[in-house]
Amino acid sequence: MAKRVAIVGTGQTFHKSHRPDVNGQELINEAVQAALKDADIKISDIDAIIIGNMDHFEGINYVDCWSIDGSGGFMKPVIKITTGGTTGCSVAIGGYHLVASGLFDRVLIIGWEKNSESDTTGAITTAFDPIWDRLVFAGAISGLAAEAQAYMARYGATEKDGARVSVRDRKHALNNPHAQLRKEITIDEVLASPMLADPIHLLDVCPRTDGAAAVIMASEDSAEKITSSPDWIWATSNRHSYSYLGDADYGRLTSMREASQDLFKKGGIKEPRKEIDVIELYQPYSFGGIIWIEDMGIIGPGEGPRYIGEGNTDMGGELPINPSGGVISCNPIGATGLIRCCEAAMQVMGKADQHQVPDVNFAVSTGFGGCWWTDMILHGKKKPGK
Amino acid sequence: MGTKDNAVLDQGFDGIEPMVFESQISVPYSWWAGDTATYFLKGLRDEKKIRALKCTSCGKTYIPPRKTCPVCFVPNTEWKDLSGTGTVQSFTIARRQLAAISKKVPVIYALIKLDGADTAMLHYIEGISPEKMKIGMKVQAEFAEDRKGTIQDIAFFKPVKEV
Repeated sequence: MAKRVAIVGTGQTFHKSHRPDVNGQELINEAVQAALKDADIKISDIDAIIIGNMDHFEGINYVDCWSIDGSGGFMKPVIKITTGGTTGCSVAIGGYHLVASGLFDRVLIIGWEKNSESDTTGAITTAFDPIWDRLVFAGAISGLAAEAQAYMARYGATEKDGARVSVRDRKHALNNPHAQLRKEITIDEVLASPMLADPIHLLDVCPRTDGAAAVIMASEDSAEKITSSPDWIWATSNRHSYSYLGDADYGRLTSMREASQDLFKKGGIKEPRKEIDVIELYQPYSFGGIIWIEDMGIIGPGEGPRYIGEGNTDMGGELPINPSGGVISCNPIGATGLIRCCEAAMQVMGKADQHQVPDVNFAVSTGFGGCWWTDMILHGKKKPGK
Repeated sequence: MGTKDNAVLDQGFDGIEPMVFESQISVPYSWWAGDTATYFLKGLRDEKKIRALKCTSCGKTYIPPRKTCPVCFVPNTEWKDLSGTGTVQSFTIARRQLAAISKKVPVIYALIKLDGADTAMLHYIEGISPEKMKIGMKVQAEFAEDRKGTIQDIAFFKPVKEV
């Protein structure tokens, strides 16, 4: 019964800090039209739709219904999935489940956000427990800062090591016309930018973005008829690790460790550093780019700063990370995880133009949520075995 | 669509300033703390006691106290009184004033593992300059004079030794 599933088309808006010229569903429509065009199919070919965004960000709860003018969901099955920061990756995992089940052949997956329309810190605060965590909550950046601080104390990393990751991603964004921030920065500029929450500077974190992304998945029955270069989904995984903020192991992302082990086991990947050709990491701040690839098992604990510093994750390096410019260059949150998925698919399909990594056989895309939960997808050029 | 409308579309919307609408919504919530949290919070308010719940199966002691051990998935039944001293596991200094931060910045936020507990508590550190903060530092709870039965009945944690 279970079907193999492939991505056969992707679409994105040109992400910007504000899109006052369109409302939410009009923004969604731009990504949907781009994905349909990429796959060269019509909205009538779509059997079901999955859509998601951040709770409270636009203050519109019944997005599955409200968005149909833009999504093409008129008189189709539409399901909303929303899991905070990981939403974009969770909608993709949900789409994979629908198609793999054999119940739907072609599914359209949408992630979107108009970050410009709300108090995002206020909205994000609703992710935390009202009795225990909210009264002493310090904003989304402070949680990340505590992770970086613990990592630095444990492994002797410096603020400069974090800055190097921002420099990489912002440089990569120059080659991606869809990215919001397309201006190179230097390590000195990162370190000289205002301190938000020690050790995180302004240029260590993502911007706020308006944008949408769409992905079309098809079963093995039609994927190869739609495109000669489908991106096959080899495996997906997700993990959660806490109820209260104090439960997590600060300095390590245990959900990433567990999800990666599960993902690579399912996909038959034994040496991720050798077998994976490119990673699109949901990395909203610089130190995440160091800590989380260690937890992913690409390199050992504490080895991140040197590995990245030597250029191994730059374009042309051993394992390029975030050829798109990543989340540090662009973060329409509900779309962000799906943009990672789009970008990984584009790499496998050979459609990434200026930021194409040569000969991609396996790619990984991830989602990161609120604090400390992880979604992951393993993408491959070859059709997986039954 | 008539020719006139098409003409508007062809010309684009140059010179049109998109309108913006402000929310008129206010959605107040009230949350029941439940028996377990209420017992803890009353202890804090009335007796200045910090109580944790222990899992009799794996032996892990949880703070905040929770009714069920998330790992063993059995009810936690053994209450333990903690001394109020603990160790800083990590911290940050919020430098930018946000609506979500009720104190004046810079504010030191720390994850504090209380002695005898296996999970940390998120709280403020005061009585130390931000530059002197260190992971591993011993701190102790300072209770508020005016206690209302919230986690802020612990006003903040302060270093055990003069720094």
